[in-house]
Amino acid sequence: MIEGQPLPEPDEDSRPFWEGCRRGELLMQRCAACRRFRFYPRPMCPGCRSFDSTWEKVSGRGTVYSWIVAHKPVMPAFADRVPMVVVLVELEEDAGLRLVGQVRECANEDVRIGLPVEVVFESVADDVSLPQWRPRRG
Amino acid sequence: MTTLKRKAAIVGIAHLPFSKNIGTPERTNAMRVTMQALDDAGLRPEDVDGMVKSGLEATSEMEMCRGLGIENLRFFCEMGYGGGQGSGAIAVAAAAVASGQADVVVCWRARNRGSGGRPWAKTGWRVGGDQQFYSPFGCVRPVDQVAMIARRLMHESGITSRDFAEVAVACRAHARNNPHALMREPMTIEDHQASRPVSEPLRLLDCCLETDGALCAIVASADRARDTRHKPAWILSAAQATGNQTVVMANFHKTPFLETPTKWVARDVLRGAGLEPGDVDCAQLYDAFTPLVTMTIEEFGFCAPGEAKDFVRDGRLLAPHGGLPINTSGGGLSEAYVHGYNLILEAVRQVRGTSTNQVPGCETCLVTSGAGVPTSAFVVGA
Repeated sequence: MIEGQPLPEPDEDSRPFWEGCRRGELLMQRCAACRRFRFYPRPMCPGCRSFDSTWEKVSGRGTVYSWIVAHKPVMPAFADRVPMVVVLVELEEDAGLRLVGQVRECANEDVRIGLPVEVVFESVADDVSLPQWRPRRG
Repeated sequence: MTTLKRKAAIVGIAHLPFSKNIGTPERTNAMRVTMQALDDAGLRPEDVDGMVKSGLEATSEMEMCRGLGIENLRFFCEMGYGGGQGSGAIAVAAAAVASGQADVVVCWRARNRGSGGRPWAKTGWRVGGDQQFYSPFGCVRPVDQVAMIARRLMHESGITSRDFAEVAVACRAHARNNPHALMREPMTIEDHQASRPVSEPLRLLDCCLETDGALCAIVASADRARDTRHKPAWILSAAQATGNQTVVMANFHKTPFLETPTKWVARDVLRGAGLEPGDVDCAQLYDAFTPLVTMTIEEFGFCAPGEAKDFVRDGRLLAPHGGLPINTSGGGLSEAYVHGYNLILEAVRQVRGTSTNQVPGCETCLVTSGAGVPTSAFVVGA
């Protein structure tokens, strides 16, 4: 892990997401009544107002929806990585499901909107794995 | 229809000198600037019976009353969401006045942000709430979050960094005439393009300043406003908005992606004031980052969706004679970044006729707060 990198503090709504990442599975919350996906995690479905939900493993495939290149000044934890690309990935399951992450196995110059990517899990602490992204092969 | 129109007015304004390091404590600044705004209105602390506090404010209403010697405060509340709140403070104060809960309401914001360090640099080792989904990945600073939206905006609408530069250059042109503005050196499009990248696609000159600033606006009832020292800036309408897909800053989960709660305050304040976009004489548009301004221009209907890139050219944003003069004191980009409270003060000056970039015959001025957070807006008129 990187000293001083901010790490997620799971709460009662988000804990299944982070526990899934720890096991190497990308899970998304889904309404048990109307089957709508939702992110960020929350107690009820804004579509049908059901309080029942499940956590389902999704494909882990998506495309880059937007991206930035962060330059100094950044938090000290990220200082060695600048210029640092951060991407927003839209999952193939649903247009509203978008995750912020970093790209691996990819030069900064090759990042573009529409780039097909897949999730890779990066262990950053005993209890935390972060979902990051790499270009899809084939 | 019940309306807020002309039931309350902004009757007093003041700010302490904007600075990178003001050298005096926030609590002192909050009280001093309130005294100055009351004096501007021709009112005394004894007249105050309401307060609206910025959520970022270190000084409580209690402390304000204990210092200012206000015996009985009848109305008080706190506004949240950083740059989204400023116009909301005026909205709430006006509502309190219109409903008879208060007659004279102090709206203030005193914060030493220039000397106090950047809030994002204090991001903790463990982050909860919404932050847990973006900060661990390096999307930590407000500029990173807006850059992510800006890249997509550029992709979808064809707007370019040079178009964003038009906003920064207009704000700087106005700041050059404002002796209180922090940034008064000339700026060209080329200067903007040559400034260093902070979070691509955004450059340094797309970003607001870090400032110590204490500002105050006094909202009073129609009865009280008639006896105050200056021409009242009548509140014609005011609104707040958030929605079921809103996240503070890192608004990445919306469909359509580029819509913000600004679309709702646009609808509500224009309708409330009985104005079409073309009727607005002058606008103070929240400008923590340049793309927020072009997005706001479109959401208010000053141009068609996707056409801000053309709208911002040819001096249209410049006082006195552009089609939509914006941020006539220099805004957050060149006067001071104070969560948009300077925009409130400048709108009052435009209606009084005392701006250093006065729009001739300005009868209506729009003020917006942060796009992409729970937000607010209001219109003042002569």
